[in-house]
Amino acid sequence: MDRESDHKELQMKEEDSVAEILGNDIVEDIIMPSLGADMTEGMLVEWLVKPGDPVKRGDVIAVIETQKGAIDMEVYHTGVISEILHEPIVTLPVGTVMARVTLTEPGERAKVTPLDSVTVTPLDSISLTHVETSTPLASPVVRKMAMDQRLDLTEVKGSGPLGAILLRDLSGSNIDRTNAIEVDDAINTKKAMRGAIASAMSKSKNEIPHFYQSLDIELGNALQWLKRTNEDRAPDQHILLLALLLKAAAKALMKYPDLNGFYQNNQFVHAEEIHIGNVISLRQGGLVVPAIHNVDKLSVDETMEAIRDISVRGRSGHLRSSELTDATITITNMGERGTDTVFGVIYPPQVAIIGFGKVRETPQLVDGDLVNSEVMSVCLSADHRVIDGMLGAKFLNALSKQLQKPELL
Amino acid sequence: MNAQTLTYREALRAGIEQALEDDERVFLMGEDVGRYGGCYAVSKGLFDYYGEQRIIDTPLCESGFVGVGIGAAMGGLRPIIEVMTVNFSLLAMDQIVNSAATLRHMSGGQFNIPVVIRMACGAGRQLAAQHSHSWENFYAHIPGLKVLSPGTHTDARHMLGQALRDPDPVIIFEHVMLLNESGEVSEAPEADMESALVRRLGDDVTLITYGGSLHKALDAADKLAEINISAEVVDLRCLRPLDTDTFLSSVAKTHRAIIIDEGWKTCGLAGEISAIIMEQGFWSLDAPVKRVCTAEVPIPYPSHLEQAALPQAEQIVEMAQAIMEGR
Amino acid sequence: MNQKLRIDRVHLINQLRQMLRIRRFEEKCTQLYAEEKIRGFLHLYIGEEAIAVGVMSVLSPEDQIVATYREHGHALARGLSMGSILAEMFGRTNGCSRGRGGSMHLFDKQMSFYGGNAIVAGGLPLAAGLAMANKKQDRDAVTVCFFGEGAVAEGEFHEAMNLAVLWKLPVLFVCENNGYAMGTALSLSESETNLARKASGYGMASSQVDGMNVVDVESATSSALELIKTTSQPYFMECKTYRFRGHSSFDGQLYREKEEIRQWEEKGPVIRLQNWLKENNHFNEDELDELETEIKAEIEAAIEFAEGGAWEDTGDLCKDVYSPTREGEPG
Repeated sequence: MDRESDHKELQMKEEDSVAEILGNDIVEDIIMPSLGADMTEGMLVEWLVKPGDPVKRGDVIAVIETQKGAIDMEVYHTGVISEILHEPIVTLPVGTVMARVTLTEPGERAKVTPLDSVTVTPLDSISLTHVETSTPLASPVVRKMAMDQRLDLTEVKGSGPLGAILLRDLSGSNIDRTNAIEVDDAINTKKAMRGAIASAMSKSKNEIPHFYQSLDIELGNALQWLKRTNEDRAPDQHILLLALLLKAAAKALMKYPDLNGFYQNNQFVHAEEIHIGNVISLRQGGLVVPAIHNVDKLSVDETMEAIRDISVRGRSGHLRSSELTDATITITNMGERGTDTVFGVIYPPQVAIIGFGKVRETPQLVDGDLVNSEVMSVCLSADHRVIDGMLGAKFLNALSKQLQKPELL
Repeated sequence: MNAQTLTYREALRAGIEQALEDDERVFLMGEDVGRYGGCYAVSKGLFDYYGEQRIIDTPLCESGFVGVGIGAAMGGLRPIIEVMTVNFSLLAMDQIVNSAATLRHMSGGQFNIPVVIRMACGAGRQLAAQHSHSWENFYAHIPGLKVLSPGTHTDARHMLGQALRDPDPVIIFEHVMLLNESGEVSEAPEADMESALVRRLGDDVTLITYGGSLHKALDAADKLAEINISAEVVDLRCLRPLDTDTFLSSVAKTHRAIIIDEGWKTCGLAGEISAIIMEQGFWSLDAPVKRVCTAEVPIPYPSHLEQAALPQAEQIVEMAQAIMEGR
Repeated sequence: MNQKLRIDRVHLINQLRQMLRIRRFEEKCTQLYAEEKIRGFLHLYIGEEAIAVGVMSVLSPEDQIVATYREHGHALARGLSMGSILAEMFGRTNGCSRGRGGSMHLFDKQMSFYGGNAIVAGGLPLAAGLAMANKKQDRDAVTVCFFGEGAVAEGEFHEAMNLAVLWKLPVLFVCENNGYAMGTALSLSESETNLARKASGYGMASSQVDGMNVVDVESATSSALELIKTTSQPYFMECKTYRFRGHSSFDGQLYREKEEIRQWEEKGPVIRLQNWLKENNHFNEDELDELETEIKAEIEAAIEFAEGGAWEDTGDLCKDVYSPTREGEPG
């Protein structure tokens, strides 16, 4: 029986046992008694009294059949049987009122008070650790490191039983896809994160011949469209500029797919899907770069929703490992508090990163008139092993074009 | 610190003598502990010196005299009860489990039971299936008891005194194979009785053990060093309450653990320790926790079969190698 | 007959009061059990009151008592307050064992009341041990150990009897022979049903007493204690008695006839003393009513005390498994 129904039953019993006071008569309930901790019900076999019979405390008034045999049921009060509520043969739960007795001996009614509520020690909250089913076999300590440092184990060759990855398999060159980084309060994790960023960025700068191109993109249309769209929306439903930037980048990538993919084993592998990694800086220091999957297939609203989702989860440390490992390109967006331009470092094995500066007002000549214009410098960092300047320029201009017609994104 | 060399038996006896000297409430009681000198000669000579009031021979009635010891402890004395071997302690299990372990709690903390029960345990002397048991796990299962397993000569010398100063019932297991071994005894205890101790430092694998298996683990660690495997050896010393911090921090360092326990594997202490590592040290493991225990057979009489049944240093070495190689 | 025995009117009325307190208290307990205020097992002493009352009235405060799981009567007669006993049965922290023991495990250090032991015969070695401690520490106390006749079949009974005589331990063994070990009649479990004779097999002095007669029990106890103190030997007293109720609260009593119960009830310890007092004009109905009223008030107060007791916080679940500090060492 659960606690609640237990309690309910107690309450009922309390109400039941409040004797009805008719004139000066005090009436007491006769209940199916609990004769043992293991007795939950009893079968009324026979009444040895009938209404009107006088009884005195200790008299046997009924016979109850239990799993331990027939038991004489005694009455705990002296008085006259006023009511028989159940006729044999019937099985009744313990506590059921079977009959009533009108007291002739005043006074000795026991007060029935409910049991104090018993507090239940709560189970320790169970912490769930999400483990992707696609994760390769690895020892617990390796899994822990992989989680803390956001190591991708899929390409590590394990030397343990059944090919399980052991600690020794993680030494140096075996790790070739190191993603930064999720946060943890622990100082050592923070250190580990810093270490992982250091190693990924060093690898990038050591191996990737970066080149940089920048274009100022006019955002007047986009910002106005946002203003209009957000007017009728609750603040938590507002669309941010970033959603438009992501969508525009995805569309431009569809046109120029050679920026979307990986450089592996000395050749470029084009990625079929567009997963855009977003650099999120953490309050405690460090970065996470979760990907939004298939941005090309999302609406602007869905993109916005995805941004909100990864921001919240990224800052609370609840990202899925796939989100941290499968970006095909990365963007870094400094926002309002950022700089005019940002020249990003490519995340290996990706081949490009797009840096969005902050929106700034600039005077511009339009048809000979000086007008106030809102622009953003967008900087592409690209891997020269794969991409040439012309492609980069085309991409940036395509991006700009997309942003001029926000309603079509 | 000054150290002297004694046999394990002499170390135990020295502990009893000191307890008798230090506290007049202390007495030793058990089957043939007096005139005979003790089944394993631990108390030899004590009867002549201390007399029958303090070295008490009992009839063969384990439940009776262990119960008397518990009652005497409740009445203000500090009895040392010797149960000849752990096998016979089953006859006293009612008193140990139903009285000694419960009375304090059942009485709402009014009565405590400062009794110490010593018993010989372990296999290796070809005593066959009824005299070779390791039932530390039985007693370590019981809330209300404390269970000690001195694996070194210094612990043999000092743990009794520590146990007698404890207000609650303490069971001490003395491994029969250690009795004749000589070793160094320090003047003072190395730690309080409830702490585990790291007996050898290492980096690659933690060997967790106690009592009669301690020297086997240390032997194995020597052999492992020859093949460049660095084993750390943790001596549990106290089996209830378990000092989990010591072995967990060792495993956190080495990432690998092997538990060596002369008890049977099924439902034994090794399983308990393994479970604690799973619960509290899982994320530091780089290999499955392993157990080296006694084979699942009543201890056979012939020496070669008995030795085959018991944990051996070679098995520990083999197992450590296997997990280091990722086999 | 012992000279210390007092059979004056005041004393006898007091013995009746003690027996009635037990009787009425336990009758109330059956009701409280039926109402689920008391849980677990509930073993009633009704019918056997003369033994606890008779024995306890001779003991001194330093004597120690080891009892069984049918010990409400012993606890009351020893002087534990009715409230602390009932609170214990309610599982409250103001119970005599802080609510940890329940009906079967009443303890009180101040009263030298060592439980409340629910392993049949388990208390006998403990009593011998307490007596050993008394003897070794030159204390004048006697340890009184109560147990039912069912315990006689257990090994621990024989081990304790042997040790007590062998080591000359001041123990009074009080066997409350109510004829049934749960539902098994003595004749079905013992080859020798004269239990006092078993004691003589260990060279222990013994006697058989009418356990339904409080005066006889008191007198026999008084003699036994004197013998224990003068000879420094244990003593075995078999008190023949009968429990009017089932073994515990849940007992169909399939093993005995109602007629048998009725016959024993007729010679019950309370009714017997009550009638004797009346017949000899020591006592009248008014005084009896007064006694009943007084006891009823005590029971009501005990219920109030028990109901008012706190439940142990579950955060303190594991309290009192081990002692908080070690002797001679800082905590």
